[in-house]
Amino acid sequence: MYDFKYQKAASVADAAKVIGADGEAKLVAGGMTLIPTLKQRLAKPSALIDLGGIAELKGIRREGNAIVIGAMTKHVDVANSPEVKSAIPALAELASHIGDPAVRNRGTIGGSIANNDPAADYPSAVVALNATVITNKRKIAADDFFKALFETALGSDEIVTAVSFPIPEKAAYMKFPNPASRYAIVGTFVAKTGGNVRVGVTGAGPCVFRWKEAEAALGKSWNGDALKNLSVKADGLNSDIHASSEYRAHLIGVMARRAVAKAG
Amino acid sequence: MISSDDSDPPAPASGGSAGSVSLAVMVNGTRYPLTLDPRCTLLDVLREQLDLTGTKKGCDHGQCGACTILVDGRRVLACLTLAVMKDGANITTIEGLAKDGVLHPLQQAFIEHDAFQCGYCTPGQICSAVGLIAEGRAQTADEIRESMSGNICRCGAYPNIVAAIQQAMGLP
Ligand SMILES: Cc1cc2nc3c(=O)[nH]c(=O)nc-3n(C[C@H](O)[C@H](O)[C@H](O)COP(=O)(O)OP(=O)(O)OC[C@H]3O[C@@H](n4cnc5c(N)ncnc54)[C@H](O)[C@@H]3O)c2cc1C
Ligand code: FES
Ligand code: FES
Repeated sequence: MYDFKYQKAASVADAAKVIGADGEAKLVAGGMTLIPTLKQRLAKPSALIDLGGIAELKGIRREGNAIVIGAMTKHVDVANSPEVKSAIPALAELASHIGDPAVRNRGTIGGSIANNDPAADYPSAVVALNATVITNKRKIAADDFFKALFETALGSDEIVTAVSFPIPEKAAYMKFPNPASRYAIVGTFVAKTGGNVRVGVTGAGPCVFRWKEAEAALGKSWNGDALKNLSVKADGLNSDIHASSEYRAHLIGVMARRAVAKAG
Repeated sequence: MISSDDSDPPAPASGGSAGSVSLAVMVNGTRYPLTLDPRCTLLDVLREQLDLTGTKKGCDHGQCGACTILVDGRRVLACLTLAVMKDGANITTIEGLAKDGVLHPLQQAFIEHDAFQCGYCTPGQICSAVGLIAEGRAQTADEIRESMSGNICRCGAYPNIVAAIQQAMGLP
């Protein structure tokens, strides 16, 4: 690691002030991605601003017809939350399968979506549930948040404070995990909210995306069979030692059908 | 996987040009005041400064679980935790499990089930299993395997590890 200063922020305003004044400073949440990046000397921040002490960023609450999850809420706490389990069980289930227990005890929802790893699980839920990402400056719709490989709509001095998930009628997530890391080789999140169907696909492409043909078909008939004659083109999908783009394209359909069956 | 040539040496304990930080941690019931370079991971602090070498460094990148310890009762990876982030924390390592010369039931069960070969992954496996039991969710052998997925054993002692954990949980 290169040298950096360390500072524990007392509030969101405090953290925003530091990263606003110093473009080289970086936020640290659970550190599950940032610390390996520092060890590989792929980043050289002047300072790490630790969000771990900010109470306003933690916790889960119900607000009307939505579940609002603070950015510093750990995966384990989403997985175990009675509110999430009863309102959006698919989201609790997704969180309970991120990495392994030690990763879930430190990794946070804010860090996960800000990082926008192409194989991360949460982005599929944010997109399929049409969630809103709340920052210290504005509210960002799911469709506008995830931009490209490891790229989001966040400005350099913007901090995710919470994510608000509308409660769906039906939802489920199915992933084909990498057997070692459990990152998604392909993960498909299907959701029906207020009669609207959305399908979020992670792991398959450089960035999470919606499978709109499947959304249209499931909108007409909420049944895995509705997807039988649909296929996704392999062009532009990820291809690596774990799976070819053709295999990933195939898995999108398989995971979507299984997710619809699971959602009931 | 990262080749050994890329491995990052432990940060110096203090005296980094960006300034060191003072903090205190409780480890196995003893309070340690420390002044550290912020780059020091908990793993390096335990091993290099507190001489608690039971916790092992396998990959140093969060992928093997050899460095698993308990922080405030929860299992975490010491290699991916900066010590400065854990000021005031209560830490338990493998050295802190035996009480008054009596092994922890998991340590005893690992011996009885021959749940290791080289033993390098064992401190991490045992600390992780302490966390698993405290969480109280995994009950079946399959659930135990899934919940231990972050702890790799190159020697492949997995069946015996699961049997040892089942014994410590009082499962048949
Ligand atoms: C072994 C291993 C296995 C894993 N398996 C999976 C898996 O199966 N599925 C999965 O989805 N993920 C997986 N992960 C990733 C993990 O779950 C974390 O979600 C992820 O590392 C980022 O969260 P973090 O809180 O650790 O963020 P950090 O590493 O602290 O930060 C990541 C990035 O986000 C920025 N950031 C953090 N918080 C905020 C904020 N509030 N506002 C703005 N920017 C912010 C940081 O500056 C940094 O650039 C795995 C990680 C490891 C080490
Ligand atoms: S040394 Fe920490 S996970 Fe491998
Ligand atoms: S006993 Fe050798 S790595 Fe597990």
